[in-house]
Amino acid sequence: MPDDFAPASHVRLGSNSGQPQTRLDGLAKITGQATYAADNAPEGMLWAVYAGAPAGRGRVASLDTGAALAHPGVVHVITPQNRAELQQDPDARAHVFAWKIDILQSETIRYAGAPVALVLAETLEAATEGARLLAPEVEPLPVRIGFDDGEPFEAATVGIGANPATSVGDLEAGFAAAERITEVEIETPPQYHNAMEPHAIVAQWQDGRLVIDTPNQAIVMSRPLFAEYFGIAPEDVHIRSPYLGGGFGSKAILNGPQILACLAARETGRPVKLVLSRAQMYGPVGHRGATRQTLRLGTDAEGRLTALAHHSVSATSSFDDFLEPAANASLNTYASPAISASHSGSRWDIGTPGPMRAPGEATGSAALECAMDEAAEAAGLDPLEFRLRNYAETDPATGRAFSSKALRECYRLGAERFGWAGRPMAPGQMRDAKGRLLGWGMGTSLFPAPMSQALARATLRADGSALVETAAADMGQGAWTALAQIAADGLGLDLAQVEFRSGDSELPDGGVAGGSGHTATAGSALFSAGQDAVAQLVRLAVEDPASPLHGAGNQAVRAQGGRLMLEGDPSRSESYAAVLARAGLETLAGNGRGARSPEAAGAHAMFSHGAVFAEVAVDPDLFQIRVTRLVGAFAAGRIINPRLAESQLFGGMVWGLGFALQEEAVHDRRSGRLVNGDLAGYHVPVNADLASIEALTVPEEDPFVNALGVKGVGELGITGTVGAIANAVWHATGRRARRFPVMIEDLL
Amino acid sequence: MKSFDYLRPDTLDEALAALSDPDAAALGGGTNLLDLMKLGVAGPSKIVDLTRLPGLDRIETLPDGTVRIGALVRNAALPRDPGFAAAFPMVAEALLSGASGQLRNAATVGGNLMQATRCAYFQDPFAACNRRAPGTGCDAKDGANRNHAILGWSPACIATHPSDFCVPLAALGAIVEIAGPDGLRELPLAEFHLLPGEEAHLTTQLAPGEIVLALRLPPGAADFAGHARYLKLRERNSYAFAIVSAAAALRLEDGVIREARLALGGVAARPWRATAAETLLAGARPAPETFAAAAEAALAEAAPSGANGFKIALAGRILARALAAAAAGTPARMPALPGSVLDDSDTEAAHA
Amino acid sequence: MTFSITLTVNGTPHHLALDDMRVTLLDLLRDRLGLTGTKKGCDRGQCGACTVLVNGQRLNACLALAVQQDGAEIVTIEGLAPADGLHPVQAAFLEHDAFQCGYCTPGQIMSAAGLIAEGEDGADIERIREGMSGNICRCGAYRGISLAVAEAARKAKTEAGA
Repeated sequence: MPDDFAPASHVRLGSNSGQPQTRLDGLAKITGQATYAADNAPEGMLWAVYAGAPAGRGRVASLDTGAALAHPGVVHVITPQNRAELQQDPDARAHVFAWKIDILQSETIRYAGAPVALVLAETLEAATEGARLLAPEVEPLPVRIGFDDGEPFEAATVGIGANPATSVGDLEAGFAAAERITEVEIETPPQYHNAMEPHAIVAQWQDGRLVIDTPNQAIVMSRPLFAEYFGIAPEDVHIRSPYLGGGFGSKAILNGPQILACLAARETGRPVKLVLSRAQMYGPVGHRGATRQTLRLGTDAEGRLTALAHHSVSATSSFDDFLEPAANASLNTYASPAISASHSGSRWDIGTPGPMRAPGEATGSAALECAMDEAAEAAGLDPLEFRLRNYAETDPATGRAFSSKALRECYRLGAERFGWAGRPMAPGQMRDAKGRLLGWGMGTSLFPAPMSQALARATLRADGSALVETAAADMGQGAWTALAQIAADGLGLDLAQVEFRSGDSELPDGGVAGGSGHTATAGSALFSAGQDAVAQLVRLAVEDPASPLHGAGNQAVRAQGGRLMLEGDPSRSESYAAVLARAGLETLAGNGRGARSPEAAGAHAMFSHGAVFAEVAVDPDLFQIRVTRLVGAFAAGRIINPRLAESQLFGGMVWGLGFALQEEAVHDRRSGRLVNGDLAGYHVPVNADLASIEALTVPEEDPFVNALGVKGVGELGITGTVGAIANAVWHATGRRARRFPVMIEDLL
Repeated sequence: MKSFDYLRPDTLDEALAALSDPDAAALGGGTNLLDLMKLGVAGPSKIVDLTRLPGLDRIETLPDGTVRIGALVRNAALPRDPGFAAAFPMVAEALLSGASGQLRNAATVGGNLMQATRCAYFQDPFAACNRRAPGTGCDAKDGANRNHAILGWSPACIATHPSDFCVPLAALGAIVEIAGPDGLRELPLAEFHLLPGEEAHLTTQLAPGEIVLALRLPPGAADFAGHARYLKLRERNSYAFAIVSAAAALRLEDGVIREARLALGGVAARPWRATAAETLLAGARPAPETFAAAAEAALAEAAPSGANGFKIALAGRILARALAAAAAGTPARMPALPGSVLDDSDTEAAHA
Repeated sequence: MTFSITLTVNGTPHHLALDDMRVTLLDLLRDRLGLTGTKKGCDRGQCGACTVLVNGQRLNACLALAVQQDGAEIVTIEGLAPADGLHPVQAAFLEHDAFQCGYCTPGQIMSAAGLIAEGEDGADIERIREGMSGNICRCGAYRGISLAVAEAARKAKTEAGA
């Protein structure tokens, strides 16, 4: 769009940003009025439930479709035998964010739980029972699950298109120069997003257009992915996703059940609702792949790193690649003259992994922070002092300056708040009043501050209010609120004067809610759109002889509170409404774009940072663990809404707790089926797991990251926390984590 | 879920008549039965809703001091009843350490006894499981069995009974009242659940058509109120089944243990009463080495059924810990985290 | 078979001829009465997202057969607030940012209302943490939840004492 307006330099935000505004979508959420995808029930709707493969590998030999069809209420069963042709090969990766998916293209089973047939019925009860009655019989093949049984392979890429191996400096020389070498091997298990809202879709065809209610982290980007399967134009796909009940990465990628529901709606000519059961969320909708990581840290006599080698064997599915880029966490965190980050793959008969909150950074920093703690111990240094000695003043991977990095302040503030000083060096030295072992540990948080691309529109209205629009996604991070605050500032309006529309693919592309870059990206677009509209308004005013601002230079006019005024002479001012009225305009629209230029991207290394300090209490005989205190201090550029940013950071830290002590998906190694594929078996933290948690933010001005100075906080909190907790467990018990989660039997 | 007919009898006789159908299932709070039906593990063609039967939702004290709890009393009602909680504090603590507030409001006393194991293979209709489908084998034996039985298991089945509530009940010698087509009978709770042997699918002593009518805590069970604890080890601090748990109750006189009542949870297909350890404690003075010896006696027969050998040590340690806590005196107030070894609330003893 | 039941939901009586005994209270509320504020997170009593008040007690609606609730008084998130405003728990949730994605929130709020009515929340936040542990929040908003429930419980006690 040639008329897009993108501010080139660091801007001054208005009075809305920085305020701890309560959530604008809060009232809807606390009264039950917020409508999630599965809450939709169009007239004439059918329910769809799919049967899943009961084996991890093999072939479906038979399905009892007769029994399913005979069940009262069942109207149709779709199997590989009768599934209609689709225009897109589900095994083609047609897009950088498209994975191979299972939509009944064959009888081959690639993982347990993959759809083998879809049942459509008049009620949920009938569809559910119909799917059970299909009772698939399979010809199983031996499954390969676990690093010992998985098939090793050389990685072509890791994450989404990233290099599998990166190195800087002379590793051999680094290790040769080392006073001591610390070597650590750590495994992390498969983990599942487990958003509270199960994946859901309500699909209906209206005059050749596909209208979809589904939670989606990348609303506009997803349109062509749906469209290609049905041979329609992307514009003929309408995705509505006003609220996501959590996503964490699992709702950014197109999944098979979504296409099945759209197909079923087309075949039956009726709207179709398909909601995954909790058990079905362990398979076709991604997970965090397991890793087996090896770290070697060489340190000199002063405790400075001389070499850092980090290798991850990352598990993926038998048929597609998403390798957790774990080792890359070592590329940007600590200074070392030589660093190597490398990956290889292991193929398992499970669903394909995908991005899950801090993909790569979560697993990689968990291992790195544990290794750093061991190296500090070996060097006889306090873990914080050791990290300070290895503080990276410039990005270790590229040598570039950081756009901003207030990590030192995070260390200082976090340590002070926690009371780190006086921590005994040796483990097992502290007890609480009840005789429990206490341990203190810490970890460094780090997450990139990327931007994707977004568009936005801001429309001033005759009454001086404005409508701002972008197809952003709010999965709980607070887009409805923080983006509206930015938009209001871009327009020089109070928040109450701005109507914000979002979560709908008919709106300008709001980009992807992922990578902790949504606020920065969509926010930049919204701010720019507002500035564009205001600039046009200013032009109208200064060129209009009837305006008190007539003849003023554009630069001399300020927009604030719905009025234009002359800098230095507030008596010369008028309202937006007055300018529009004289110009005879009902509306005046501005457009904005949010993106980072390649030049900006190449000029600096851009990361959010933080330091997390943890205290755990451990029963000295029974080894049950409770995290009694978590203190994080984070630097993430400008904070648009401190209330919501704090909540995001808390959320990440709670995820860190789950990672460290609870989360592990267990697959039966013979059948491939989940042994604990539910919320009673796959433990995530509950309220009683949290005692005291604090998230402090360190002020950080970043003139380079984007015009708003905004980084992200969505994924940052998990990264330092895992290591901090594991290190605290060591400090309490003397036992080093060799696998996550840390289990009671590991401490006995 | 299979379709079924729903019956709501108003009298016990009607209920028993309806339950004479082998495809009928008795419904209490539904928190376990409905779950099993959703999983496809249970598929009754007839549901007999017992919750409208009169008189089964009461907690009564009989003239001889026996406390009788109707099978339809909700799990939450017992710890909420001040008299009951004071008399049987470790029963209250066990109940509050289990499930969630919502589930405890729904689940019944009878249903708690009747609940099925949470063994993943039992819950998976595609897995081999002698308990669910006799003769199919046991996928748990060579599968993921980290939290399976260490006592009383057989090659046919290594599942555990998941109840917290039943553990102190077994220790206190609770009696189960059973109603059936042939009238009423009763059994000690500690014998109510069957160990697997070769017949893993028979999980309780209930004959077809019988239901649990009530539980009785015999006179004297309240004599342990001053020295009783239930402790439960788990992987998160609430809303999780036990890895191992222990109920310990002592009757102390002049600093000497006159009588001890002990049971372990999470270790076997039944709440595991530790009578040998009880005998060993009678007449002893409370001391760490005595408790350790009792724990050793309780676990003398224990053997791993898979990758769960670590539970043997843990079971002994939690039993010793529960004994020490019981000896120190029942807390004046229910701990904030009931059953937790990491509870931080003030646990000043009520009676000590 | 069909079975006729009467339910009072948020003060409104419903006479229903249930044609399928399998319908849970949760699915009845959502799919047959259009009250979608109550959420399905696991359908197995393992998350608490479906918590409603039945005869004043908090329950998991997913593990309750609708037919079994004949005669019950049910309050859902749609009926918790007085006509002229918010329930104290709702107001406190907003103020303490006790939610993010909002999906578990109706269940959290109903559970909190039930907990406070049970009177077992105690004075200390640890009892609230335990009492609210049957409601999983994957966004990790537990700190705000506990603070919000504590505030609402305090208010309820003050009002009861006044």
